[in-house]
Amino acid sequence: MSTDIAHDHEHHGPPTGWKRWLFSTNHKDIGTMYLIFALVMLFLGGASAMMLRAELMFPGLQIVNPDLYNNLLTNHALIMVFGLVMPAAAGMANWMIPMMIGAPDMALPRLNNLSFWLLPFGGLMLIMSMFAPYIAGDTPVNTGWTLYPPLSVQAGIGMDFTIFTLHILGISSILASINIVTTIVNMRAPGMGYMQMPLFVWSWLLTGLLLIMVMPVLAGGVTMLLFDRHFGTSFFDAAGGGDPVLFQHLFWFFGHPEVYVLLLPSIGVLGMVVPTFSRKPLFAYKPLVYSMIGLTALGMVVWAHHQYTVGMSQAVTTYFMIGTILISIPVGYMLFSFIFTMWRGSMTFETPMLFAIAIVLMFSFAGTTGVMLAVVPADLQYHDTYFVVAHFHYALIPGAVFGLYAGVFYWLPKWTGHMYDEKLGKIFFWWTTIAFNVTFFPQHFSGLAGMPRRIVDYSSVFTEFNVISSLGAFAFGASHLLFLYIIIKTVRGGAPAGDMPWDGAQVGTYGLEWTTSSPPPFHTFEQPPVLK
Amino acid sequence: MGVVKRLLKSVVLASMGFAGAAYAEYGLNLPEPVSPVTKEIYDLHMLTALVATIIMVIITAVIIYAVVKFRKSAGYEADQNFHMTWFGKWAWILVPVLVLGIDLSIAGKATRTFDLVEDTTTPDITLKVTGSQWKWTYDYMNEDIRLVANLNRDIGVDSDIYLRDTDVEVILPVNQRIRFLHTATDVLHAWWVPALAYKKDSIPGYINETWAIIEKEGVYRGQCAENCGTGHAFMPIVIRAVSEDKYASWVADQQAEKAKAAADAASDKDWTLDELMAKGEKVYAANCAACHQANGEGMPAAGFPALKASQIATKDMVAHLDIVIHGSKKNPVMAAWGNALNDLDLAAVITYERNAWGNNTGESVQPTAVKAAR
Repeated sequence: MSTDIAHDHEHHGPPTGWKRWLFSTNHKDIGTMYLIFALVMLFLGGASAMMLRAELMFPGLQIVNPDLYNNLLTNHALIMVFGLVMPAAAGMANWMIPMMIGAPDMALPRLNNLSFWLLPFGGLMLIMSMFAPYIAGDTPVNTGWTLYPPLSVQAGIGMDFTIFTLHILGISSILASINIVTTIVNMRAPGMGYMQMPLFVWSWLLTGLLLIMVMPVLAGGVTMLLFDRHFGTSFFDAAGGGDPVLFQHLFWFFGHPEVYVLLLPSIGVLGMVVPTFSRKPLFAYKPLVYSMIGLTALGMVVWAHHQYTVGMSQAVTTYFMIGTILISIPVGYMLFSFIFTMWRGSMTFETPMLFAIAIVLMFSFAGTTGVMLAVVPADLQYHDTYFVVAHFHYALIPGAVFGLYAGVFYWLPKWTGHMYDEKLGKIFFWWTTIAFNVTFFPQHFSGLAGMPRRIVDYSSVFTEFNVISSLGAFAFGASHLLFLYIIIKTVRGGAPAGDMPWDGAQVGTYGLEWTTSSPPPFHTFEQPPVLK
Repeated sequence: MGVVKRLLKSVVLASMGFAGAAYAEYGLNLPEPVSPVTKEIYDLHMLTALVATIIMVIITAVIIYAVVKFRKSAGYEADQNFHMTWFGKWAWILVPVLVLGIDLSIAGKATRTFDLVEDTTTPDITLKVTGSQWKWTYDYMNEDIRLVANLNRDIGVDSDIYLRDTDVEVILPVNQRIRFLHTATDVLHAWWVPALAYKKDSIPGYINETWAIIEKEGVYRGQCAENCGTGHAFMPIVIRAVSEDKYASWVADQQAEKAKAAADAASDKDWTLDELMAKGEKVYAANCAACHQANGEGMPAAGFPALKASQIATKDMVAHLDIVIHGSKKNPVMAAWGNALNDLDLAAVITYERNAWGNNTGESVQPTAVKAAR
């Protein structure tokens, strides 16, 4: 009976028109939709950042009022985290994991559809959170993405929309993670054990598990916030017997593993790109996998290093300091692995590899400022200053965003069948990397000099750092127009890519994606391949 | 240690030292520390920065070497058996041990400094610092003095102290151990004067502690360091550290002023409209203007109603007295000023509100009326 249905389906081929996309159960199409959504969010989040840097370029209030400024910075973070990095990584997971492991599709194709289509509705909710305050006549969400009470209990109706946004985006992530973990655990081709999986698959297995564990905690925390706001509870109100710091613990119990959620897929991309362009297998694959597992586990129990200033006991704070410092060990091992994959390799420097090398360098730098921040007494000076902003942008942009760019350049030929323009790719790399550094390196110094975070206006003593940072930011923003151009150009045409455009791609623990054509057919691996 | 590494280390140390010396002019580093605890934190920071710099120099050198030497265009063939070299076999334990060693080199000093940070015993002076939206209130616990400090809005963008000056300076003595108690009335704040002390959050319902011994006279500036809404960027802190003698005489002056104010407030004197307006304007500027604005127009969108041409300030005297003395049940952000201000100040500020900005009711409120309304 089921064979008949499959037979019929093949005769009809994929649906056409808008139904193909709205009702899609195809991992490639859903992956494409995730990636396009993320690309749109990149520009929305980037636009808000451009407004922030335009306001901050000089002291004085020039463009936006304090509430709008704080609202923009809240949305900048929410859009970039939940709208850009997570969907783009999920899009790559959708496209690549089934092909890497030789599966015909994700384990739960209809759930996959729901996971994606929740995103535009979440995005709509977020946009409503920006406009509702102006209609209701109260304050926009001005708390920062961390939504700390009591300020978030004070905020107007926009906060309720933000809470609902997080509910929707959270559900999307949890469902997608269930799907990805189930696919990886159950649908690998015969002969591909866990220790033969490509690193990108490992990184998503761990990311999916992390999301399933921590995303519900965020949902719980923001729901408690909703109740404090409207239903008379006092979870976070000391006057009612509650505690504002409780929210911080709930948020960061999610929030710290979240940074590994943002990081690991990009590390997975590096795990594909670096061996390919070094023409040499990943150095010490097994210890690398174990250190990623260790990072995931350790990352779950160090959340309060975001809260060193709240007044926890010395003993508890010291525990978090030690745990956080120890994270340098698995992270150091991961970076070390990539460097020694390159060592005695035979390297070429196409755009994905340029990004990969820059990532290793700049993310290592973020790791060193991370160790500085982990040290509690020093953090009691750095906390809530631009030193922290600089640190996490060095961690997130090289660590997450550039990893995604590397993945885009690496896999665009597979997705579209066309090679991207290598010269433009290289220009984009240098433009964006130099501009990124001009933007964020000075912020270490303005933070040390005493400039706090989340301020719309600042004292004249910080001017020079802010001018340089803003100029860098405008250049960084503009580079993405080139990125968009390259992507559109590649989609529309280019030199034919062939099944395996990168000659070093099948090295070490490689996946099966390079055995398919470029672009691959609508359905791949309808019969499971047998691995030698 | 090899020659190259030694040379590198001295270059780094020299540049650190240069950076350290240059901090005052260029602001590339933490501000000059003037308290034992900020001094230790500064040293700890320099240590971790040094470690970070050394690590980055090494990693950068290794990558540059690899990128130059191991390239296909130079004809280098990939060594597929690298994992079978000695290094390949032992790196998995070497690397964690190396990183752990680096971590331990900072952990010892970190815990010792943390001990110093948490040692808030035996203070000479205890200063309670309360954050509100958007000003700081200082209570000298043993001397029984209260100061309220708002941003000095008369300083413009061109000044060096734009957004860093207040209407009232906090006077503290040098060489005495000061224990700061941090709390807040509404949302999270953080009191941060980097030269003097590290920060702890001001959390409503909590009391956090920090301490300092100011070792050098001078003016030290800081600002709020935890997002507290619209006015977060506009809550500066100015500490003036003076000699112990000057401090003692300042305390005496403050207490004399306070006694006089209390006597005034308790007296049966009938205050004229002009006297009340003059006093009321000052009280309003120090306590009310942060939210209701100097022009009385408030910020209605943020929940701070206008007083200018408002029902409550032009018509309903009973409600006006009630809300100022007892606070608002509907909107708890409007505090019960009856707890913070004496009868004279309350009478003055209510009189001011009823007559300023064109409200012009001609009404005045006497301290006895306030006392009766409590």
